[in-house]
Amino acid sequence: MKPADVYRDPERVRRLAARLAATVHRPLRFMEVCGTHTVNLFRFGLRAMLPPELEVVSGPGCPVCVTAAVDIDTCLAAAAHPEVEFATFGDLVRVPGSCGTLADLRARGARVTVVHSPAAAVALARAEPGRLVVFAGIGFETTAPLTAAAIVQAAALALDNFCVLSFHKRMPPIIDRVLGAGHRLDGLLCPGHVAAIAGRRAFAPLAEVYGLPGVIGGFEPADIMLALVRLAELAGRGAAAVENGYPRAVAENGNPAAQALTDRVFIPADAPWRGFGTVPGSGLVPREEFARFDARRRLDLTPRKMGSTGMEPAAAAVSEPAGCRCGDVVAGRCRPPDCGHFGRRCTSTAPVGPCMVSAEGSCAAWFRYGNDGE
Amino acid sequence: MGIDEDMERVTLDHGSGGLAARELVRRLFVARLDNPLLAPLEDSAVLPPIGGRLAFTTDSYVVDPLFFPGGDIGLLAVNGTVNDLAMRGARPLALSLGMILEEGLEMEILARVADSIAAAAERAGVPVVTGDTKVVPRGAADKMFINTSGVGVIADGVEISPRRLQGGDAVILSASMGDHGITVLAARAELGFSGTELKSDTAALHRMTAAVIARFPGAVHALRDPTRGGVATALCELAAAGGLELEIDEIAIPLRPPVRAAGELLGIDPFFLANEGSCIMVVEAADAADVVAELRRHPEGGQAAVIGRVKSGEPGRVVLHTAVGGRRRLRPLTGDPLPRIC
Repeated sequence: MKPADVYRDPERVRRLAARLAATVHRPLRFMEVCGTHTVNLFRFGLRAMLPPELEVVSGPGCPVCVTAAVDIDTCLAAAAHPEVEFATFGDLVRVPGSCGTLADLRARGARVTVVHSPAAAVALARAEPGRLVVFAGIGFETTAPLTAAAIVQAAALALDNFCVLSFHKRMPPIIDRVLGAGHRLDGLLCPGHVAAIAGRRAFAPLAEVYGLPGVIGGFEPADIMLALVRLAELAGRGAAAVENGYPRAVAENGNPAAQALTDRVFIPADAPWRGFGTVPGSGLVPREEFARFDARRRLDLTPRKMGSTGMEPAAAAVSEPAGCRCGDVVAGRCRPPDCGHFGRRCTSTAPVGPCMVSAEGSCAAWFRYGNDGE
Repeated sequence: MGIDEDMERVTLDHGSGGLAARELVRRLFVARLDNPLLAPLEDSAVLPPIGGRLAFTTDSYVVDPLFFPGGDIGLLAVNGTVNDLAMRGARPLALSLGMILEEGLEMEILARVADSIAAAAERAGVPVVTGDTKVVPRGAADKMFINTSGVGVIADGVEISPRRLQGGDAVILSASMGDHGITVLAARAELGFSGTELKSDTAALHRMTAAVIARFPGAVHALRDPTRGGVATALCELAAAGGLELEIDEIAIPLRPPVRAAGELLGIDPFFLANEGSCIMVVEAADAADVVAELRRHPEGGQAAVIGRVKSGEPGRVVLHTAVGGRRRLRPLTGDPLPRIC
């Protein structure tokens, strides 16, 4: 397997690792906000190259991981409607709510279809005019424009059998929440693809409000190592600044067209987060103009309990799985192996919490790649 | 309502055991698979005595879609079972063929698959000697499922098993990684992904493995075909069964650029992608270079390379030295993010 380009050149990565080791002189604790960074640090074996004094903890940037159990229950309630075809990205199918997963419900006869884009869900609705296709919109600034585009397309087609159950989330409010309470962080490795849409300036409050350094990083090995070097340099001299370490994809103001599309379709709303509770203004829901594409306004989504043949009416007490520390993991309050379930009751075959389900989840990455070079 | 007018699609009648069923078997299978052991169409095929230990294996094929670049379900059903025999050092002798068909399946599709099975069996030199066909109501199966079993003979003195792993052994991969799995995924319409450069690697490997085993008696310790679960899972199984540690060099692993690119696009690690035409060989280190040279003389082994070594260490552990100079653990695939890949 040859490194295809300069961002995977072993010599370059090795030089950056040496520079990082020479830059870190005291214990430093950085948060990698994005799940892709979490996974790639493991997948490329980079964690084994980090200096021992540098700790990198996960943050709230894995969309599936931060989806609250109450939202999974809402998915189950939607998918249980007999006329509904529930379209979702694959990871969500295996995340447990308070009484089971979408996969469990599918086994009881519900129609749950895995799609790989919001546009595919629109195509599904066009192909199945007799069913109401409900697409679970999930993700940050990066994916919200794609869901917005799907809604705009459905509106243009006057599609009456397509709607979105939006769990889309915004990055700035959750970073405020992470940093607003007491934290023990020395800097943030900021997500390159959110920044590609939202722009470097969206992360500027890191420095301006919280006095912390941040570096926006790309996702190739050399990108990640370079971002960590610059972050360590900033932290080393106590500089509060947010640098763009991924200029080939990220502009100061991001992608205004994508931002405009999101703004046209969605409006910020309070949203529940796993590990953080309700965070004001951190979610995105369809505007009034697009009300007929909002699953929450079209369907009764009262929580139900899973019975032998489907969802049955019941007052479900929604709670996160007992003992599951996903909420602490996404907040950087603990590492996956610190959770009592990790690798015991909770494995990627039988996940207890979403961080073990998602391909970008910190627990899944630790479980799949960890325990060597640590 | 004779059989001829009815031959556009498979009906429940075709699985009834009656006239229509017999006609289907005769026209679609017997005509194509013709061989002396199958010809009597009795309840069992009777094979001549064999001189050696009997290897016996079975596998079911449920791949979706049925046809994909580089192969189809029929080709997989023959090659996969032949390879399972080859991985124990057996010479494949005969196959069985069980078909479960969905009512309404187009006869033309069934004929194409039957053609493919016949051609693959012919190429492999392994006859289909017994078979069965069932039809289930529409919706009770998805188009077509196939089961093949195979028997083979293991020559005296041949002992291929992970239990023979030794510290210092070389680990060889005979072909590039991930081609089959990524091709089938890309062929699924729902991905909206056209991968013209992708092609399944499905191939029967028994001649290649037999050549290596014959030329290097005793030097081949273990064989494993990295099908479902990919190279990572196969390596972990070898390490666990052998009670030793493996050390793998990512830079040495043959991986075609379109496979790598498609894997990144789909967010799938090629180490977990299924392969249908490659095998992992664990051989004595002193013979490793010569084994690779022998493998490369075969069309299926053109990309063969030493990818790592066996170490005494933590039993079952597989450590990957990454291409960019890092290090991590390789673990078996858990969960099944890639269903119906073969």
